[in-house]
Amino acid sequence: MLTKRIIPCLDIKDGRTVKGTNFVDLRDAGDPVELGALYAKQGADELVFLDITATVEKRKTLVELVRRIARHVNIPFTVGGGISSIADVNALLENGADKISVNTAAFKDPELITRLANEFGSQCVVLAIDTKQEADGEWYVYLNGGRTKTPSRCFDWAKQAVELGAGEILLTSMNHDGMKQGFALDITKRLAENLSVPVIASGGGGKMEHFKDVFNQANADAALAASIFHFNEISIPELKEYLELNNIPVRK
Amino acid sequence: MSIVIIKYNAGNIRSVLFALERIGLEAVVTDDAEQIRRADRVIFPGVGEASSAMLYLKERKLDKVIKDLQQPVLGICLGMQLLCKYSEENDTACLGVFDVNVKKFSAGNTGLKIPQIGWNKVEVVAHPLFKDIAEGSYCYFVHSYYAELSPETAATTEYGIKFSSALQKDNFYGVQFHTEKSAKAGETILKNFIEL
Repeated sequence: MLTKRIIPCLDIKDGRTVKGTNFVDLRDAGDPVELGALYAKQGADELVFLDITATVEKRKTLVELVRRIARHVNIPFTVGGGISSIADVNALLENGADKISVNTAAFKDPELITRLANEFGSQCVVLAIDTKQEADGEWYVYLNGGRTKTPSRCFDWAKQAVELGAGEILLTSMNHDGMKQGFALDITKRLAENLSVPVIASGGGGKMEHFKDVFNQANADAALAASIFHFNEISIPELKEYLELNNIPVRK
Repeated sequence: MSIVIIKYNAGNIRSVLFALERIGLEAVVTDDAEQIRRADRVIFPGVGEASSAMLYLKERKLDKVIKDLQQPVLGICLGMQLLCKYSEENDTACLGVFDVNVKKFSAGNTGLKIPQIGWNKVEVVAHPLFKDIAEGSYCYFVHSYYAELSPETAATTEYGIKFSSALQKDNFYGVQFHTEKSAKAGETILKNFIEL
């Protein structure tokens, strides 16, 4: 049986992890490679590296970092942040990334998804959506790291992106992100149950119970979190043990 | 021990190189027929699409080179599927080493997501490729097409239906999952292949 995936996310700036960690056994807590390898060893199923480096000149740093990650980490990983062309993606995949994620650039030029899927295959094209539920109850798409609102509805954009060739959706609820009160179950469920591709739920995981709920109630294929893993509030082996006890298939 | 990774128009070659490096081995990436023939071990990786990959191999006459290899050969993912007889992916005649057809997963009414992406259980029949691999170990899969069950099946996995997650015939081995991305289990399988 295919297992539910647990995915730690690392934010990267200028080749370093942005948020700190409190792992005492890391030699260099800011080194994404060392942290990634530790998560892999603990049983993480995949990793996501999100590059928030502001300048294009620093992109070369990212490619070199990807190559180091691929060399030392023995599980699949996705790289996202500022990707807008076939050339960007080619450099990342060539150096050992398994998937890439696109967000703002894909929204502004939806055909980008198709071009990437045709060139590299849908399986490596992840569409990341930042979404926020407004007072009218609807979930809207936000761009530029959540700074820019669009009139598009999250479900409509996700559906269109899958038709264009996206192989997976990484869904982040801005209402839930950082709150540690649980994932956005309703919108995750709507996407997970109506799209033909896997959905990764992100934003809000604070307790082990939240992961159980997003798998059981919202039918997510994977769940992503950052600081709760970085600060060891939840350890991956412990989380997997808990999920298994709750009859959720996980890899151990 | 000389290890060759066949270079062709399919991705993830770097990942295979790095995985070998992690278990202390070096490999050469080449499409040179003579170098491939002389190698002690040949790895035929692949992420991509069947018909364009076959076309590429034929244009460089690598199809015949691969079929005639005598040393242990390991096909990974698309590499394994190309070693089969036929693939439904764009109606492609493949190399025919394995007497097996490759079919597309059908979502049907099962609600299965296609491609299968993630970690799934590999049920192994006693096989040297899986030495030291615990029963029901998990490996990482990314695929929309699968090899049918056959007498050449060396391991099975279930995703809606049961399919061949590993095949073997004579000196040819194939795995559907990505050994190079399957954590410790994957590295052990790669090591087993090299030590065959």
